[in-house]
Order: sequence, then structure tokens, then C-alpha cells
Amino acid sequence: MVGIITYGAYIPRFRIKTEEIARVWGANGKEIAAGLGVMEKSVPDLDEDTITISVSAARNALLKRDVNPDDIGAIYVGSESHPYAVKPTAVTVGEAIGATPVMTAADYEFACKAGTAGIQTCMGLVKSGMIKCGLAIGTDIAQGAPGDALEYTAAAGGAGFFIGNDDVIAEINHTCSFTTDTPDFWRREGQAYPRHGGRFSGEPAYFKHIQGAAKMMLEQMGTKPSDYDHAIFHQPNAKFPRNVSKMLGFTSEQIKPGLAVPTLGNTYSGAVPVGLSATLDVAKPGDRIFVTSYGSGAGSDAFDITVTDAIETEIDRKASPSVADMLSDKVYLDYAQYAKHKGKIVMQS
Amino acid sequence: MRDVAVIGIGLTEFGEKWDTSFRSLCVEAGSKALEDANLDGDQIDEMFVGNMSGGRFVLQEHIGALISDYSGLASTTHIPSTRTEAACASGGLAFRQAVTCVASGMQDIVIAAGVEKMTDVGGGETTDTLAGAADREWEGIYGVTFPSLYAMIAKDYMHRYGLTREQLAQVAVKNHYNGARNPIAQFRKEISLDTVMNSTLVADPLRLMDCSPVTDGAAAVIVCPLERAKEFTDTPIKVLATTQATDTLALHDRRDISTLDATVAAGNRAFDMAKLERKDIDFVEVHDCFTIAELCAIEDLGFCKKGEAGRLTEEGYTALNGDLPINPSGGLKSCGHPVGATGVKQVCEIVEQLRGEASGRQVDGAEIGMSHNVGGTGATVVCNIFGRV
Repeated sequence: MVGIITYGAYIPRFRIKTEEIARVWGANGKEIAAGLGVMEKSVPDLDEDTITISVSAARNALLKRDVNPDDIGAIYVGSESHPYAVKPTAVTVGEAIGATPVMTAADYEFACKAGTAGIQTCMGLVKSGMIKCGLAIGTDIAQGAPGDALEYTAAAGGAGFFIGNDDVIAEINHTCSFTTDTPDFWRREGQAYPRHGGRFSGEPAYFKHIQGAAKMMLEQMGTKPSDYDHAIFHQPNAKFPRNVSKMLGFTSEQIKPGLAVPTLGNTYSGAVPVGLSATLDVAKPGDRIFVTSYGSGAGSDAFDITVTDAIETEIDRKASPSVADMLSDKVYLDYAQYAKHKGKIVMQS
Repeated sequence: MRDVAVIGIGLTEFGEKWDTSFRSLCVEAGSKALEDANLDGDQIDEMFVGNMSGGRFVLQEHIGALISDYSGLASTTHIPSTRTEAACASGGLAFRQAVTCVASGMQDIVIAAGVEKMTDVGGGETTDTLAGAADREWEGIYGVTFPSLYAMIAKDYMHRYGLTREQLAQVAVKNHYNGARNPIAQFRKEISLDTVMNSTLVADPLRLMDCSPVTDGAAAVIVCPLERAKEFTDTPIKVLATTQATDTLALHDRRDISTLDATVAAGNRAFDMAKLERKDIDFVEVHDCFTIAELCAIEDLGFCKKGEAGRLTEEGYTALNGDLPINPSGGLKSCGHPVGATGVKQVCEIVEQLRGEASGRQVDGAEIGMSHNVGGTGATVVCNIFGRV
């Protein structure tokens, strides 16, 4: 059955605390951190972008398990912060892992769910026999305007999944999607920062679509929340996934391993991929995982996944850092250093 | 002048109505009012629609014709339809125009509606749009917003009358208690004193829980000559007074910033018109856009001396089972404040109470009720008094 052959994540080392950002804007940091459930967020280094994050995540996956580059027939990188408007991120990843030239590649954008859209594309190509193996990555150096509510959470990171048919470590039993035209969050061509509809991004956007896809999955599979060992929901903050999981009938224990947002922030297209990586880091053979992403604009992709024995026999999960390892290996920045890292201080050449 | 009665009321649910348009909200309230009065649309002679800022909230002007059109009356009976605007008192104005229209003998059956759709724009634009209710040249242009204007009133009031922060918070606690019992309220939940005291500071001393919310909603009321009212309903409610007053647009031009002279004037006129005294009133719907506004309203309408309303609120005098229940609907704070609709919603609440149909929040023995609707910081005030027939 189609599934995940190996996986890897990458999170930049730098962090800024919610309270430090609030200090600059004269806001109540403790209150904001408690309200969002986000204590700190990751910050990229000066020379990191979604290409370097993608390459690092792909290499971390390959450290866990060797994949013959000739078998990689497709690479999709989902992000809303591709370094180039025209020139794909995916080709640089392909060169870096030696998968070129006999492969197809493309960059995806669907707000925060472009990564899971890439997984679905790879599944289709593998199931149809067009390719042996495909790589899907979700990553972002998330954008949030200084002073906007998004600035407290917009973080950097990503994860990649090699999708194939043979000796998979996790079978993807089913996927389905729920999509509408709902303008809750957008960024036009040439604009530096996204805009959003404030509270409109909640109930009629995030909650409606995640619940739509998740209920569809439960119905199509004839399952109930308690049939799953773990669940991952898109995590723009900690409050939304906690609430939506409760609404659907999942417990806080089920979402715990995949809830990285309190100390990572919102990595947009990277959020669910990083959450799934963190869950696979600790999953046991036989564990069943429920995944639902969300991308503004708006849509949700749901996945029903079963971990196989191969997670213990075919890959070496310790060969590259786990999400927990990367989250605990950190260097704090103050807001001035953060501004430099994010390119908000323009230096003379 | 003819006596006038309310024969039908209609309300939408108040809240963030993401899936309902401006026109749909208004038509829904109007249809409910028609149903309540057992009327068909073509029996309506004239329409007034209160709306503060369709132009900025949903980029729509020409509201009178729009609502007539979507009520199915523009191309059939071609009724006259007029939009009224006085900021947050727009709805109060629509109702008063409808009553005047019938009292004068010009028309027989008139509908007054109020509507606002505030959630289609971002919070900053909402705040700035509402700031248009103040004096743009002397207040808004310098960055003054409504929370800050009412915060100045609250500061002045606390300084002069020794009002405590806790007493101010009790207004919100009481209104949420009532709103929790109102099926159309935006926030149908009780809150504690701690919740108010610990909520985010908006403009010192006002906290988030001192402020009415941003709301979508609509309300409609149908009036006719009292002598014809029994044709349509067994429980007509008589309009005993409808009055209006103005004051300076800018807060700083007032004689006294924590007394709303327009409330005093409209209130006095209402009692004169109804030939009633304060003690005759069983309950009041006042314009609590901020908690401090409720205290000012109780005093400026003459129900107690200046500086006493905080203590009375704390002692339960204004509670649902108190001597003078204030805002049994939950007020603007808990029921919500779709600015153009609020004045008409207040009338709907009073009619429900006087009919004895406000289950769960019914004021015992309600015979006479009063409403008080404010535009801006008190530049326009509309007061109405109603009684059972």
C-alpha cells in the first residue's frame, strides 16, 4: 500500500519569546502568550530560507533511510514563502539530493496546506505507477507584519515525506479534502506580508474546513476518534487545534505528540508536516494516526495513517535529529537581533 | 395627533453573521415583524430604515430603496422608504419617524427597521467608522476613538463622584446575567466580577468587558393608529412618548462631560409627553455602549441623583428582580450592538416585556417601560415610553 518510506524535519535554531515581541509593541506579553498558547517561536538564521529548510529536511529523511536517487520521480515543495516568485524551490532540493534530472518537480502554494497537497500528489503518482517514489515537503519562513497579531506566531521550519509503495513505515489508508472559496487570509503578488480577516479566520474558515474534512474522513473510513492513537491538526496557535480536536471528540492526549506550536510557533505549510514528523518520532508499529491540515483560502486535507513494523526495522529514526531534539536545541534572540535575522534591518552593501 | 401603538416586532439573532448579508438581515427582521402583526407586505404604507454606516461597513448607500426592494415592495407598491442616520441612534430615529408619520395622520401602517453589518471589515476600520459618530475635525482626526472618549467620561465621573472600578464592573456582570437569558443575544453567558476586572485594558479605566461588542443584526417594529391596533394583535403596546434631543457633537464642548444634557432633555420631554413620573417606570432599556454610559443614563434620565447609580447597581437596584430593572435584554454589552439596529431592538425588548413574553428574563408586573438610545457621546438622544393597553 502507498505510504511513507521515510521522513525528516528541520527547525532553525533561533528563538524569540512571545513576551519579547510584546515588549516592543507595549502589549501584555503574558496575556498574549497565554491566549495563543505560544511561548516562543523559531527564527531563521540570516542565510536560511525555504530552500535550505527543504534541503535540510530531505537530508534528515535520507539519513534515516537511504533512498536511491534514481527512484525519486517527483518533488513537490509546498510553501507560501518560496524565495523566488519564478524559479522553483523543488529543483534545488532535487539537485541537492541527487535526484535530477529524470524527475518532475513543482512548487505548490495553498496557504498552510500546500505541503499536504504535495503528499496527495505523490500518492496519486505512486498509486498510478507513474513514479516509484516522490518527495513532498511543506515548509515556510512564515510572514507576519511587524505589530500584526501574526508576528507573535509566524515561525520557520518544515518537514518532508518520501512517498512510495515498498516497505513503507506508515501506510496512508485514505485521504480526502474539503475545499471552498473562503477569503480569510491572503497575500497579493508583490506584497511583503499577508492580510487576514481577524476573527473571520476562525469559525467560518479554520473550524469549518477542518471539521468538514475530518468528519468526511471518519465517515468514509467508518471510524471514530477513539480508533486513533494520535491526531494532528493544523496549528496556527495552540488554542485552535485544542478546540477543534475537542469539538471532533479527540482527547488532549491524542494531539500531544504532534502539537509543536507552543514552543515552535506557526510554520504555516510546515505546521502539519512538522507535527506529523514529531508524531512519527515516537510512534509504535500499529499506531493509527489521524491528520487534518488547513490552508486559508480555504481547504483541509485529511489522512488516515497506520504505522507499520518497518518503522523499527527499515529505518533508523535516531540517525537524524527528532523534532523534540531540534526544539530543545535553541538560542534566544532579542527583538533587535530578530529584526536583523528577518531582514528587517537593511544593511548597506 | 393620533395615539400610536406597536403591533409587530421582529429580531434577527445578534452576533457575527458571517453567512448573512446586510440586506438579508434587515429583510429577516422585517418578515418576522410582519408575521408577528399578521400583516402582508403590501399592507405597509411607509418604511424607515435606521443605519449608521452601510457606506463604510458594506460599501452600500441608498439603504431605504434597497430594503424596500428586497422586501418585495419597491416594484409592487412603490412605498416611500427613508434611511435615518444619527450614528448609534439611527434606529431610534427610524422608530420616532415612524411614530410621527402615523401620529400626524399621514400614514396608517408604518414599519421602522434598524440594521448594521459590522464584521465585513477589519477591526481598525470598524473603530474608525464608529469614530465618525464623533466630531471628525475636532476629535477623530487627532486619533480619538469611542473607547477613549467614554474613558474620559469614566475618568471624570470616577474623580468627581468616587465611583469604584468594581461598581463599574457590576454593570457588565448584571447585563451578562440578563443577556444569558435572551435567545437572540450575542453573548449568552454570565460573567464574574473577576472576568471584567481582569479583562484586557482598552482605554484606562475601561477594560474589554466594559465595552459593547461589534455585532451584525437587525430589528423591525410595525406601528399603526392605536384605534386600529386590535385589528392586528390582541396585545398592542401604546407609544406614550417619543422624543429626541441634540447636544454638541464634540465631547469637549459640553458644559459637563459626565452628564449627557441631551439625555436630560429627551428624558424630561418624554416624561412631559407621557404625563408620567419617574416612579411610574417599571424598567428601562438604556444605551450601555460602555458600562459608564449606563450609569450616566440612569442618572441623566432622573432615576437617581448624580453619582448614585454605581452604588445602586452594586446593591442590585437595577437587577432583573430589582426595584428598577435596567437592560433586561442584556443591553448593548451582552445582547450586542449592531449600531443602526440597537434603537429598534430596544423597542422590541420593551414590547416583549410588556406583552409578558420575555420568558426567562421577564420583569415581574411590567406595565410601563422606557427606552434610551444615544448617538455618539450624546449628541443625539432618543427616548420612548411605552405602556400596556
